[in-house]
Amino acid sequence: MSVQVNERDGQLRTEPTRDRELLVRLRGVRKLFPITRGILFQKRVGSVHAVDGVDLDIYKGETLGLVGETGCGKSTLARVLMRLYDASDGSIEFEGRDITGVGGRELRALRRDMQMIFQDPYASLNPRKTIGSIIGTPFRLHRIVPRNKIKSEVQQLMELVGLNPEHYNRYPHEFSGGQRQRIGVARALALRPKLILCDEPVSALDVSIQAQVLNLLEDLQEEFNLTYLFIAHDLSVVKHVSDRVAVMYLGKIVEMAVGSTLYLNPKHPYSGALLSAVPIADPDLAAARKRIILEGDVPSPIDPPSGCRFHPRCPNAQFPKCSEDEPELLPHHPGQVAACHFPLEDRAIIETPAGG
Amino acid sequence: MTVPLLEVRDLRVRFPTEDGVVKAVDGVSFSIEPGETLGVVGESGSGKSVSFLTIMGLTRSRTAIIEGEVLFKGEDLLRMTNDDIQEVRGSQISMIFQDPMTSLHPFYRVGVQISESIRTHQKVSKQEGMEQAVEMLHRVGIPRPEERARQYPHEFSGGMRQRAMIAMALSLNPDLLIADEPTTALDVTVQAQILDLLARLKQEFNAAIVIITHDLGVVAEHCDQIQVMYAGKIVESGNRHDVYYDSHHPYTWGLLSSIPRMDEAAVGERLKPIKGLPPSLIFLPPGCAFHPRCPHRFDRCEREVPALIPSDGHHASACHLSLADKERIFKEQVMARS
Repeated sequence: MSVQVNERDGQLRTEPTRDRELLVRLRGVRKLFPITRGILFQKRVGSVHAVDGVDLDIYKGETLGLVGETGCGKSTLARVLMRLYDASDGSIEFEGRDITGVGGRELRALRRDMQMIFQDPYASLNPRKTIGSIIGTPFRLHRIVPRNKIKSEVQQLMELVGLNPEHYNRYPHEFSGGQRQRIGVARALALRPKLILCDEPVSALDVSIQAQVLNLLEDLQEEFNLTYLFIAHDLSVVKHVSDRVAVMYLGKIVEMAVGSTLYLNPKHPYSGALLSAVPIADPDLAAARKRIILEGDVPSPIDPPSGCRFHPRCPNAQFPKCSEDEPELLPHHPGQVAACHFPLEDRAIIETPAGG
Repeated sequence: MTVPLLEVRDLRVRFPTEDGVVKAVDGVSFSIEPGETLGVVGESGSGKSVSFLTIMGLTRSRTAIIEGEVLFKGEDLLRMTNDDIQEVRGSQISMIFQDPMTSLHPFYRVGVQISESIRTHQKVSKQEGMEQAVEMLHRVGIPRPEERARQYPHEFSGGMRQRAMIAMALSLNPDLLIADEPTTALDVTVQAQILDLLARLKQEFNAAIVIITHDLGVVAEHCDQIQVMYAGKIVESGNRHDVYYDSHHPYTWGLLSSIPRMDEAAVGERLKPIKGLPPSLIFLPPGCAFHPRCPHRFDRCEREVPALIPSDGHHASACHLSLADKERIFKEQVMARS
């Protein structure tokens, strides 16, 4: 892993390896949802700042983890990237092409290259369709496989994700949660996308099944050279799968680092809090780590706090600096940037290094 | 020795269905001491929720077959009439559930719902009930409780709703609080808040707590005793040290190895999930129910159901492997990871 300092646009960011090709480039992406009053004449009275100025690069073949609490804008960001929502501001580039405004046929072609896996495998599969038909839908929509070959293609996919191809004619309710998530994975893979956005793909599953699905995603990445944007609120899962991890809070990225750096030396107190909240199946280690317990919930994104958005919940906040001056993403360790005026010390949460 | 608060003896719950009899709970015995925290761990369908719903008298129906004894302060809950168990439920044993949105009524103000549960069991006026509700909301750490009590559930965040549920569950000062996956639907940060809150309230109210979960990580910090369930049976029980550092059952090993560890030095190390799926509770495999998924099975496992045998005063496991083998495999394959 090496770090590149990209001076050209005054931004510093972490990059996994020097020669990796850029797949996605987000610059200044914002997504505001209007809040309106009135029935006939809808007056705009404010807006929800779901994503508020995000710069993000995703490289081919990597897994970029995105963590944050509910309401921090991580799913909105993924949907903006997918062009399911239109960005209010900023630009989205995919393979060097600006896709911020594409529509119609072009957009449909683009969707072949990006697919999504959702959190709830119960809600994301149509209960009235057989899984053969669910997984085959992308083929029919994009007409890339002749009709008479769809079934064999689908069965190949089912085999690939560890489902029994003989279950082609079964319905979603006949499958367990883990198997349904495999169906979702097969559907996402059907068009051989380049990028898969995984939105909390294992949060709804039992731990033993989680591990199966995580391993499957890893295998598929290797086989098809996939790129993942992996969204979750559980830092342990994200760290396990990701090459780099971005931490998001109230519509902004507050820290980004390679996985092990973030774990050992989180700089942003919010990353530290997320890290200290992760359940560890090891009572001694869990007792030994320092806790940053956050009070309350994420504030409303309608009227985000001034200065650093984390200051009302931050244990290290110093006034008036933190409430007035918005921190920028600055480099700390190699491969790590964080936006904080008073970053944490090294090993602030977990004292002993791994294996200790 | 103190009298246990709750003693469950050979509890069996079966549900006849069109496809056959579902053996949801299959001979479960355990006890809970006053003030203890018990963690119950297992996958979906392991019988962990059904066991405790049965203890609460919530699985009673014309068709369900319930056998065994559930002694709460010496009285058998299974043999109580519905009216009597209604008295116990809420005031002496209460329960909180996974999804606080579905367990709060969306049409009623939160304070009203809490005061209603108080007024069901105690003769207090509406006003007093409401005052107690506000006091409870305050004690579970909800800011501005007077204002919050007048709000509806949809105005609460997930963590706040779960706090409100806990306030309701503790409002009558029960001796036993059963928390069924209390944090599964919540963010990790909120999960940590709720677990700490439960630990604090346990001290304040001097209640015993049962935490039911599928994640061994959740119970690591707060539970005194842990029991691991699989296919309707307890397969291992012991204190924290027994289960995390000296486990004697391959299923527990599988659960421990499935969790991505934060302390892994090697990035990109593969997880070792448990192979396959939990069995159907209608057609349980012969012998040890775990044997089809167990990497350490041998011929005896397919024939003989292993009994839950204590290896010392507090640690018991249901597995045919010899103690020496269990200790060796656990050290070599499970502990070696960290």
